[in-house]
Amino acid sequence: MNKIVEKKHFSEKVVQLIVEAPMIAHSRRPGHFVIVICDERGERIPLTVADADEARGTITLVVQAVGESTRAICAKEPGDFLHNVVGPLGRATDIRNYGTVVCCGGGVGVAPLLPILKAMKAAGNKVISILAARTKDLIILEDDVREHSDEVIIMTDDGSYGEKGLVTAGLENVIGREHVDLVCTIGPAVMMKFVSLLTKKYNVPTICSLNTVMVDGTGMCGACRVTVDGKMRFVCVDGPEFNAHLVDFDEMITRLRG
Amino acid sequence: MSTISPREAQWREELRKARSAKERTATPRVKMPELDPAYRITCNEEVNRGLSREQAVTEATRCLDCPDPQCITGCPVGINIPGFIKNIERGCFGEAAIVLKETSALPAVCGRVCPQERQCESKCIYNKMRKEPVAIGYLERFAADNARLSGESSQPGCAAPNGIKIAVVGSGPASLSFAGDMARRGFEVQVFEALHEIGGVLKYGIPEFRLPNEVVDVEIRALQAMGVKFITDCVIGKTLVYNDLVEMGFRGVFVASGAGLPRFMGIPGENFVGVMSSNEYLTRVNLMGAGRPGWATPVIQGKRVAVVGGGNTAMDSCRTAKRMGAEEVYIVYRRSEAEMPARVEEVRHAKEEGITFLTLHNPVEYLADENGRVRAMRLQRMELGEPDASGRRSPVPVEGDIVEVPVDEVIVSVGVSPNPLIPNSVEGLEVTRRGTLAVDDDTLCTSIPMLYAGGDIVRGGATVILAMGDGRKAAAAMASKLI
Repeated sequence: MNKIVEKKHFSEKVVQLIVEAPMIAHSRRPGHFVIVICDERGERIPLTVADADEARGTITLVVQAVGESTRAICAKEPGDFLHNVVGPLGRATDIRNYGTVVCCGGGVGVAPLLPILKAMKAAGNKVISILAARTKDLIILEDDVREHSDEVIIMTDDGSYGEKGLVTAGLENVIGREHVDLVCTIGPAVMMKFVSLLTKKYNVPTICSLNTVMVDGTGMCGACRVTVDGKMRFVCVDGPEFNAHLVDFDEMITRLRG
Repeated sequence: MSTISPREAQWREELRKARSAKERTATPRVKMPELDPAYRITCNEEVNRGLSREQAVTEATRCLDCPDPQCITGCPVGINIPGFIKNIERGCFGEAAIVLKETSALPAVCGRVCPQERQCESKCIYNKMRKEPVAIGYLERFAADNARLSGESSQPGCAAPNGIKIAVVGSGPASLSFAGDMARRGFEVQVFEALHEIGGVLKYGIPEFRLPNEVVDVEIRALQAMGVKFITDCVIGKTLVYNDLVEMGFRGVFVASGAGLPRFMGIPGENFVGVMSSNEYLTRVNLMGAGRPGWATPVIQGKRVAVVGGGNTAMDSCRTAKRMGAEEVYIVYRRSEAEMPARVEEVRHAKEEGITFLTLHNPVEYLADENGRVRAMRLQRMELGEPDASGRRSPVPVEGDIVEVPVDEVIVSVGVSPNPLIPNSVEGLEVTRRGTLAVDDDTLCTSIPMLYAGGDIVRGGATVILAMGDGRKAAAAMASKLI
């Protein structure tokens, strides 16, 4: 049982929870995720860790209510408990000084992107962050991202904030204007697919973080399998990050819809 | 280990004299009472009901209490088989359970899931007489169940605490067996489980109708009563790493993290929606409660389900699918029934429950509808050729003979590869070419001095009893190193 100590609404459907999990707070690194079971008869849901406070023994989760289980998690209040939280799972991001790194986050994908861009900045990279969402209200964690980025570009589909257009438009602009060494992208599968197609065209190395269906999250069930470079890979133990140019996004999108 | 019921005990001598061998061998082997197939596919109730007291005593009487009992040599943990059976014959069921517990942490489990026909029972003297062997497994289950249901304590005593802390990774059969043996020797044992439930494959893998969770929970509570501590939701190699355990003061670590990554066949269409591993299917249903009202985890409930494979996990999967409401369930297996690794009883139960066996068929491709959902499988017909490395006749494709069978769910049950979490997280830990942990055959010690390992992470996919045997072996070796 893990106690929720703080809760913040980012939007109607997106909630930030700060949860007691001392061992995970100690072990987690950027790129890791956890599995959460909301209630006794709940489902195992993979969620990326947006931040952690080791001294306080807490981790930060950002959850979007999309189905029954995520709705139940979002309905929890401070003082309530999550039935189980296990992690950190997956491989941590390979943080190095690459040079210029562009971090593209879509929707709640910005939450797991935050610790990565933070670490990339701390490692000496020039960090350009592109935050994208359908509309202004869905842009999250902008201040935190600004604090750890050299430049922040906001893109909204409806033009209600920042520039009007998709994340790819913002990214193509940056690539056109300066040399980019690495792109990190986290967001909806469709978005990552198009980011990947774009950077492939310009030959910019790109890593994506995949959020597939999982059950155990430790390599046992194979529900999270994806095809990367023609080979079967398990997101939970081989990922969640992969070379985006090698990921079969179409297959992944079909499986997510299933 | 010593036993409370040695063959020289006076009561056993008297019991041997009480009846002639002729009288004993004239009795036919007991039949296990079972639920009717038509009823049992509508529910999750345990199929085998267990022997009555009368049946058990009569069956125990068949055992000749041989001077050189070969059955024991067939048992991976060396249970004093005649010792417990003769206690049943004389009506001392509690003593029988204690004899079992002397060597086995999980007799109620083994009595249900061990392949006795290939182990103890295959060595029974009755086989030489061309008669059916003593039903050792049924009797084991009887003694263990009787102890559980009567509330009698069947716990052997523990040595005085020695204050030495031992960590166990995983809580499946190898770990539980190891933990029990170490606790009895006075060690302070802490078990770390990655999932939210204790029991490993006994919980997530083996279905309720073959092994009720309550049976496993009783064994776990018995270990807790002996002082074993369990921590769930803790992935060793992730939440804590090996060095953390050393820093926490654990002087020995036993890794039994189990069968990891499910294997797939690498054929076209295997990633279509509706194709999944048996691990995924069984975990959803057994561990996560999928299909039961009030449980959030979903599972595809196909009407025409194919299970690919011929092992016990394949049998568990196909029988589960039937219970989940499938109208037609196929076992697709590339060899013939004679080569199936599944237990004979599981195959029989599956057939009684209406599973269609497509033996000598091998999937070559899955086909999907426009939404990427599996709609059919293409099966290559096979025939048996020369024996292969496993000694079984190898399956050879019959050129051009391919059939298409409509299905809406496919459960792939063709084995597992070792889980990489532990090998990846401990520096200097040697692995084999297959990715399993390399251990010393006698001690099960890995390349790291106080790190031992057993079960499927070493064997790469075996049985509950072999895993338990590893737990015992590692416990003995580690204990002798530490005290």
